[in-house]
Amino acid sequence: MADQDNNSIAFVATEVIPESPPPARETGVVKWLRENLFSSVTNTILTVLALALIYLVLKSTMPWILNGLWTTSSLAECREILDGTTGACFSVLTERWNQLIYGFKYPVEEYWRPNLAFLLMLVAIAPVLFFDLPRKLLIVTALFPFVAFWLIWGGTILAPLIALIGFIVAGAFFQKFGRNNFALGFFGAIVIALAIWSIGGSMIPEGASENALLPAVPSRDLGGFMLNMMLGLTCVSLSVPLGIALALGRQSNMPLIKGICVVFIEFVRGVPLITLLFVASVMLSYFFPPDATVDLFLRVVIMITLFSAAYIAEVVRGGLAALPKGQYEAADSLGLDYPQAMRLIILPQALKISIPGIVNVAVGLFKDTTLVSVISMFDLVGMIRGPILASTEWNGVYWELFGFAAALFFVVCYGISQYSQWLERKLHKGH
Amino acid sequence: MSELMSDREIDRSKMHVGSEVAIQIANMNKWYGSFHVLRDINLTVHEGERIVIAGPSGSGKSTLIRCINRLEEHQSGDIVVDGIELTNDLKNIDKIRSEVGMCFQHFNLFPHLTILENCTLAPIWVRKTPKKEAEEIAMHFLEKVKIPEQADKYPGQLSGGQQQRVAIARSLCMKPRIMLFDEPTSALDPEMIKEVLDTMIELAEEGMTMLCVTHEMGFARQVANRVIFMDQGQIVEQNEPEEFFNNPKSERTQLFLSQILGH
Ligand SMILES: Nc1ncnc2c1ncn2[C@@H]1O[C@H](COP(=O)(O)OP(=O)(O)OP(=O)(O)O)[C@@H](O)[C@H]1O
Ligand SMILES: [Mg+2]
Repeated sequence: MADQDNNSIAFVATEVIPESPPPARETGVVKWLRENLFSSVTNTILTVLALALIYLVLKSTMPWILNGLWTTSSLAECREILDGTTGACFSVLTERWNQLIYGFKYPVEEYWRPNLAFLLMLVAIAPVLFFDLPRKLLIVTALFPFVAFWLIWGGTILAPLIALIGFIVAGAFFQKFGRNNFALGFFGAIVIALAIWSIGGSMIPEGASENALLPAVPSRDLGGFMLNMMLGLTCVSLSVPLGIALALGRQSNMPLIKGICVVFIEFVRGVPLITLLFVASVMLSYFFPPDATVDLFLRVVIMITLFSAAYIAEVVRGGLAALPKGQYEAADSLGLDYPQAMRLIILPQALKISIPGIVNVAVGLFKDTTLVSVISMFDLVGMIRGPILASTEWNGVYWELFGFAAALFFVVCYGISQYSQWLERKLHKGH
Repeated sequence: MSELMSDREIDRSKMHVGSEVAIQIANMNKWYGSFHVLRDINLTVHEGERIVIAGPSGSGKSTLIRCINRLEEHQSGDIVVDGIELTNDLKNIDKIRSEVGMCFQHFNLFPHLTILENCTLAPIWVRKTPKKEAEEIAMHFLEKVKIPEQADKYPGQLSGGQQQRVAIARSLCMKPRIMLFDEPTSALDPEMIKEVLDTMIELAEEGMTMLCVTHEMGFARQVANRVIFMDQGQIVEQNEPEEFFNNPKSERTQLFLSQILGH
């Protein structure tokens, strides 16, 4: 230290330093390029290689896409017009559009019904996805499953009506008794719902569906991308609550409940989905009463739901474990009971942590709905592999068809992933 | 430590000890596995008493006050809070918890709720207070702890001292008859310690029954009417603060006091 500084260890600020703006950032395209793409020799080489790769990919695909034909009526005609030049036969998509979307048995004059159901779906999921929308819209969400069921399957309106009444009465019962005694409310509600459904079901007259307002369409006539959407939406919305319940059950102090949940989760996670689907298609009928013909669609929904619920349970368990113990203790010390503490304090935080994982499972589930083509259901992939590729007109148009299927799934899954990122940002509350 | 204490006169007009018993602990024992954490605890707390629990780390102070609202379960002996015996009956436990407020070392506010929602949650769901009324009560107590202007912020946006005051307000919104504090100031910077202690002093002045685990000996001197010293899971000594600090009887207390005060 210099001599003259010896006695200046003590320091008192004599003036307040005024606030000043941060230094201006240098900008410009050239600067960005230099800093990010060509900052070093290795970086430059990698940049050049990457550009070359992109060029090669585009060079081989672009002529095929741009030269594609959209209006021919068969592969032979398409080949003839192309006359040896590269080009895609997208006309299979336009010509078989209805089959790709609705399957090949859904009556053409009834296409408006799934279309309407699709529009209603957009309204119904909006308030679930975006909390800022008016809460009254949730009524649409609650009614949607019953309306959609009636629209898509048609037949007597009594069936969805009885289902709805069962839910309403059970819900009202739970509201009234569940507050004081959770177990009584919960199991009472289940018993009441089952009773209403079985009594109501037996009261529907035999031929009720025959002259119904909307002609009945059996499940085996569903197909195409519509079937994937239906399976995906139904299974996701069922498996999230079931997964949460399983995760809570796994944390429970009651050994029996805990044991059941652990065994279930571990068993389902250890089995490939495809085997579960085979079980659904051939064996599950053993578990139902012999005279009940349980619909294949329902059996598949049960299996996919159970499968993804096990995964969601594990994701949610991770979220629950990540919460500090203090949150449970604070909720307890305020006198909240278990359902309240879970619903108001623990789950909102745990689910927020679990969003990426749940979305991951949901995206996977949606893509896995194509596996039903293996048990001869005609979903999008089933349609392509079966009726379309087997037809004489379009035998051999692989790239266009599977590319289309991939693109459809990509759009939906990318949308889901963007939504989840938006949601995470929105829920971030400065902690 | 003591120089942080309030410089103002403490108003003792309402700080009288009633004759009603608020908490009665008799021959209580607790084990963690085979480790005997609490040994034969006997303690009677009267309405309006302000008790400070002191003792070395690991002596079981937290465990003791956490047994009072059943965050920990005791294995033998009796605990009676406000006339209700603590058993495995969930109804009783929830009832006691709604009468006993608790403040933690790490505040434990709910980070996903605003300050106001933190304060109204339990009144609305446990006491079934209408939302409007619960918000009025919450604002009243937030004013009392001097942070009404933060009501719409989230806990993560507040300083430690502010968070702890919110935690106190959150407990008070349930209008508890007894308040438990587990080292409410030991995660705080000195400047914030004072604001939290001031809040606690005000509470004491209003006649609240309080049990505080704390290392703030200045607070104990000024506010407590009884100091309890624990070591190795046992209540070793209890006395009025004046006697306790000036004339400790047990050797272990003397050693503890010389360590904590005597540098
Ligand atoms: N969940 C637990 N399982 C096993 N042992 C525990 C558990 N919690 C606390 N202990 C032990 O019990 C003893 C008492 O803990 P306690 O937290 O009551 O001490 P304390 O007096 O509050 O200490 P401090 O001043 O450090 O907070 C300690 O020895 C601790 O290691
Ligand atoms: Mg402690």
